Amino acid sequence: MKILAVDSSGLVASVALIEDGILIAEYTLNYKKTHSVTLVPMLDEIRSMTELDLNTIDAIATAKGPGSFTGLRIGSATVKGLGLALDKPIIAIPTVDALSMNAFGYRGLVCPMMDARREQVYTGIYRFKEAGKREPLILLEQCAISIYELASKLEEKAKSLAKEGELPILFLGDGVPVYKESLDRLMKDKGLIYEYAPCHMGRQRAAALAALAESYYERGIMETASEHSPEYLRVSQAERERMEKNDNT
Amino acid sequence: MDKDILILGIESSCDETAASVIRNGREVLSNVIYSQIDLHTVYGGVVPEIASRKHIEKINQVIEKSLKDANVTLNDIDAIAVTYGPGLVGALLVGVAEAKAISFATGIPLVGVHHIEGHICANYIEHPELAPPFVSLVVSGGHTHLVNVADYGVYEILGRTRDDAAGEAFDKVARAIGLGYPGGPKIDRLVRETGADPKSIAFPRAKVGDSDYDFSFSGLKSAVLNYINSERMQGREIEPEKIAASFQKAVVDVLVEHGLKALEDRNENRIALAGGVASNSALREAYKEACKERGIDLYYPSPVYCTDNAAMIAVAGYYEFVKGVRSDLSLNAVPNLKLGER
Repeated sequence: MKILAVDSSGLVASVALIEDGILIAEYTLNYKKTHSVTLVPMLDEIRSMTELDLNTIDAIATAKGPGSFTGLRIGSATVKGLGLALDKPIIAIPTVDALSMNAFGYRGLVCPMMDARREQVYTGIYRFKEAGKREPLILLEQCAISIYELASKLEEKAKSLAKEGELPILFLGDGVPVYKESLDRLMKDKGLIYEYAPCHMGRQRAAALAALAESYYERGIMETASEHSPEYLRVSQAERERMEKNDNT
Repeated sequence: MDKDILILGIESSCDETAASVIRNGREVLSNVIYSQIDLHTVYGGVVPEIASRKHIEKINQVIEKSLKDANVTLNDIDAIAVTYGPGLVGALLVGVAEAKAISFATGIPLVGVHHIEGHICANYIEHPELAPPFVSLVVSGGHTHLVNVADYGVYEILGRTRDDAAGEAFDKVARAIGLGYPGGPKIDRLVRETGADPKSIAFPRAKVGDSDYDFSFSGLKSAVLNYINSERMQGREIEPEKIAASFQKAVVDVLVEHGLKALEDRNENRIALAGGVASNSALREAYKEACKERGIDLYYPSPVYCTDNAAMIAVAGYYEFVKGVRSDLSLNAVPNLKLGER
């Protein structure tokens, strides 16, 4: 089974090809160039280096959101175009779930975070507990919240799991450098043990996305290219302002 | 011609998601347009984020329908033409990313097309005899350009608006007199239905000092708004149809005058109108009359090809494609792309 995976939900552009549980190629770029310029040429590079016949792919995986609205749409339009041209299904993976897969096997709580602006992060809380299970256990579903709210959730989860001993928290994602100072303070105030992921697992990686997509494929969770569109977790600014205005009148 | 050339056009620069298949640059096999206008009406104009979200939802259905309507598959397509500017960046990116992915997956050549060049090329669809050189007046919600079309794919800008686009002025005035969005068609209809006298109110015809061809509509817009304020201050009810008729006439007069001047200066006798405002009935009538008097051939597309559509993009793409123009997989959206730039 072959899955081509594409993630352009955040600052990083990443594409990968896996076949029967083996990573064949991965290309990850964390550079200032726009995804619009880099993403398809990266796919082309993987195709040519692995002499891939695109028609042999079984499914195309993508980070469905949340993330940068524009980044999500570049990824989404790219996989929709691939799906249309190749007549292949799309596997849409929650962005934060895919990020948590970077830390597969971590013994504590895994907490990815992406900068969501407006003083919030896109985040979730995960564990990898059951041996043999290829998916994270979701303790907090991906959402947009402030890091203060996140810190309280982490404290709550850590306490409720106290009988398993002290569980460290692993932070990763492009929200980390933005909120590091506040995080350090909040974690110390709450007496929680935490650490930051090293560089090879700190940002979106299409290989992690593809690994999770493989489970989705086995469970038959797929959609057509035509059906697929991103989940933003937020309405547009214009809609928000209009709702606020209507609430006030 | 040995073999037919089929172009798939994709357009998503503003609030229309569109795809079309064109044979040999002139014959429309399909023309699918999903208009979002109802979604934006409550906001009084196009909201870029809402437009982009809708493009993503609709684009595959629109492309699939365009292939089905044309009774072809991607295997029959010789090139994919996609609008890459100017327009709303988030909206453009949807079409560009989609087109690049299809091109990458199939090996079908990709041609990036300038949206305004597309509008001009819309004239080729229904006028088989039309070929460059000719003069074109492009008027829409975002653009007002007077262009010399020297050859296929060779455009020289003669004049442009210094401030508001003509269609933008229509939108703003329509809002001020309570007609709402989109302003152009609403003002046009009100004037036609009421038969209001365009000489009711004297609004200025702006001249741009150092150019015979450039336009300026912000002064006219302010004059209309000032007139409305002063009427209200004096306790008088405004008469929207009279304002609409007089304003429309002021816009049309300038659009006709500059077009005629360009034809005269260039000793050219063909002019093609293009863009959304080219369906304005007062503009068409004024041009018809002026061109008839002077023995000038006048061209304009049917309303469906005046509005944003992908047929015009496929036509423009065809002429680029046969000249050997290709875009690579790093093609990006360019929101402020200049006319004639390559």
